[in-house]
Amino acid sequence: MGASDFRASLADVRSMETCFHGRHIQPQIYAGLNSPDGWHLKDYEARDGYKALRKILQEGLTPEQVIAEVKASGLRGRGGAGFPSGLKWSFMPRQFQGAKYLVCNSDEGEPGTFKDRDILRYNPHIVIEGMAIAAYAMGVQTGYNYIHGEIFDVYKRFEEALEEARAAGYLGDKILGSDFSFQLHAFHGYGAYICGEETALLESLEGKKGQPRFKPPFPASFGLYGKPTTINNTETFAAVPWIIRNGGQPYLEVGKPNNGGTKIFSVSGDVALPGNYEVPLGTPFAKLLELAGGMRDGRKLKMVIPGGSSMPVLPADIMMQTDMDYDSIVKAGSMLGSGAVIVMDETRCAVKSLLRLSYFYYEESCGQCTPCREGTGWLYRMVNRIEHGQGRPEDLDRLNQIAENIQGRTICALGDAAAMPVRAFLKHYWDEFAYHVEHKTCMVPAYV
Amino acid sequence: MSAVPNPKRLLSDSAYALIDREVAKYPSDQKQSAVMAALAIAQDEAGWVSPEVIDDVGSYLGMPAIAVHEVATFYNMYDTTRPGQFKLAVCTCLPCALRDGAKAGEYLKQKLGIDYNETTADGLFTLKESECLGACGDAPVLLVNNKRMCSFMGAEKLDALIDELKSSARSQ
Repeated sequence: MGASDFRASLADVRSMETCFHGRHIQPQIYAGLNSPDGWHLKDYEARDGYKALRKILQEGLTPEQVIAEVKASGLRGRGGAGFPSGLKWSFMPRQFQGAKYLVCNSDEGEPGTFKDRDILRYNPHIVIEGMAIAAYAMGVQTGYNYIHGEIFDVYKRFEEALEEARAAGYLGDKILGSDFSFQLHAFHGYGAYICGEETALLESLEGKKGQPRFKPPFPASFGLYGKPTTINNTETFAAVPWIIRNGGQPYLEVGKPNNGGTKIFSVSGDVALPGNYEVPLGTPFAKLLELAGGMRDGRKLKMVIPGGSSMPVLPADIMMQTDMDYDSIVKAGSMLGSGAVIVMDETRCAVKSLLRLSYFYYEESCGQCTPCREGTGWLYRMVNRIEHGQGRPEDLDRLNQIAENIQGRTICALGDAAAMPVRAFLKHYWDEFAYHVEHKTCMVPAYV
Repeated sequence: MSAVPNPKRLLSDSAYALIDREVAKYPSDQKQSAVMAALAIAQDEAGWVSPEVIDDVGSYLGMPAIAVHEVATFYNMYDTTRPGQFKLAVCTCLPCALRDGAKAGEYLKQKLGIDYNETTADGLFTLKESECLGACGDAPVLLVNNKRMCSFMGAEKLDALIDELKSSARSQ
């Protein structure tokens, strides 16, 4: 295909904003967003903004009551691990004298994920309010929001929102006349996927290379500057104000047991309308696909990576039977991860798709642990030679062996993230890999 | 830090003022937390992170130059060699590649007559293949000089962007 005969087909069919389409279901975080200018404090207040923080401070809710409400909501971490947020908050030492820190992980760089960018640029105050509530619940006075380096305009926007919140008395000393003080700052990353890992992010915040720390100790006891620290994803904090306003139980009821609330899914790839879709957890994948306009150009669905590039790929027939929540996707053989849904149609080659994923992990390995540093390069080079017709029959088993020897043998999850896609692509599309090796070409006629 | 104040600073007063603003975000004994911001500010002004910039930032923040160097070489948005006036980083990760991200990169290669990691002879453009920019719904996407995200970059919009950048170029 010539390089000039392509165009961004979407530019003329919809607005530039990936969350203003009005096809969310019971949205809580994107609710009421419909204009690029609607991010200001006054707009947020008109959407019930800062009512939850007011409720806590003016009705005198105790930190224990706030944590109990979050526990009752069934809110689970939206960044990838799905850990219960209320439980995480309860790990912070209550009696600790001295500084404690709260950190928001907005280092959104998992291929396929672009939900936090839309939260931060169109609804930044919801994150500020969520963090202030969390700080109150855990007795924290200082917080940082670590923002992905590549989205400079979003970082600037968040700084402006912080200024608005300070000026209105929602941040700073003695918030809304109470005894609660909380200082919140923005930190701008500068291009390292690994900093999405929470301990690498802390190292980066301390002004160092972002190389993950060995755990334990966990951040709740030894975090930023060695002090107790809690780190949550942007979307997790953004879910908190709704929970406090409406109650934990109603939040849980929006989703399903053990999977409370809504989730934002970033749908990318071969759909008619890529974008962010906020829906209750437990929504069928088929419904999500329909919201995203169905398959592009009427092609057939071949495979889906349901939780960001690190998660195992699943074939169409399994996905079409699966609901989009933490437990259902595990049962189907993958993970919900960050909620990035990468959709691929019948023209996509499994080998070529895996090749670009493997290159990503090779490029982004921080180099600290030998199995990951050496293994990701080995995986990439082998998939590369299979793709280019130089694969050997024994390569397929060897790919599995290497992946197996990376997984679980590194300090952080990047090793697992590099290994899981390889194993899943081989498991479901072995024939395509074998065909590449045997025929030195692709069995899928048109590819990526 | 030496007791004698460094008489010669590399950056402008306004750049140091911006760095001071970053330093103020952290506890007084944790100035190092501002090193990433300081390097970004310095890069904006100096055009790249030269060994002199690394020394200057280190002495300003009271850090060994090697610690600053480690940061500058670990994070991939710092340019430790001088790039062209406009650095174009095109995302070719899988979600973008599914929507012509890689083709946008190939188109720019042809148009500019350079490969990835090369700079045009007139010093105007450096082309980079980027990892995930976090904007997969807008593919094809590219980032100009670390700051400006350009969305839905089909061939026509790429042509317009290159024309616009050329006309805004400062004389060499």
